[in-house]
Amino acid sequence: MGSGTNIGRVRGLGSAQEGAHHWIVQRVTAVSNLLLVLWLVFSLVRLPQYGHELMIEWLSSPLVAVPMILMLVSIFWHLRIGLQVLIEDYVPDHGAKFGLILLLNFFAIGGAALGIFSVAKIAFTGVAA
Amino acid sequence: MSGVSGSASNRPLSPHLQVYKWGPHMLVSILHRVTGDGMALVGVPLLVWWLYAIAAGPESYDYFLSWFDWYYIGYIVLVGMSFAFFEHMYSGLRHFVLDAGAGYELQTNKMWSIAVPLAAILTTGAMWLYIVSKNIL
Repeated sequence: MGSGTNIGRVRGLGSAQEGAHHWIVQRVTAVSNLLLVLWLVFSLVRLPQYGHELMIEWLSSPLVAVPMILMLVSIFWHLRIGLQVLIEDYVPDHGAKFGLILLLNFFAIGGAALGIFSVAKIAFTGVAA
Repeated sequence: MSGVSGSASNRPLSPHLQVYKWGPHMLVSILHRVTGDGMALVGVPLLVWWLYAIAAGPESYDYFLSWFDWYYIGYIVLVGMSFAFFEHMYSGLRHFVLDAGAGYELQTNKMWSIAVPLAAILTTGAMWLYIVSKNIL
């Protein structure tokens, strides 16, 4: 690289053949978000009340715990890509951009882990303490 | 030219926000970003806090719920987040159509750009009317 010729300056800087990866994953998770968040909205508004005991009982059901966990994975994956685009568009400084995307990854993976662990704890330990 | 710093020059800039006349398509575009990032930064942490509070026990859950009565802040945030979700959802469905290469004719594009926020407002209103009518909060 860098022989000074036009081809030398661009060689090795080209497409990694992954350009469409985020674009496609953003749309795949958009479809799963559509299904899973609509499920959450309909389920929540149909509950008779939101007391702690009922929440525990509701979340203990596999048919609630599993879509909830899938929804957390789908949402955090989607928002990680979405917020990365926001950072890339508005933060021109390379160092700040790198740091913010690092923080974003910690937020996305940490948040998803906390949410999934909470659902798992409710589902596996059941009744309120 | 990524990575090239100090390239300040007198070269012309491409036209940006200040020279365009605002239209519904621009509103839907920026609303898609604002609602998506708003949900990512406010709604999703709230969702995880809710699940964590349920898992942590009744006191923790009571503390979570106590914020709803603090100047109705919880209800304001929930109404905002539900609108953000429906706006982002309808706008996202519009994006799927655009991704397929359809809907770029000027009149069609304008029509759906107006329809998206209207549908979001109507759906949000319908959902909250249902909630209020059930008297569950």
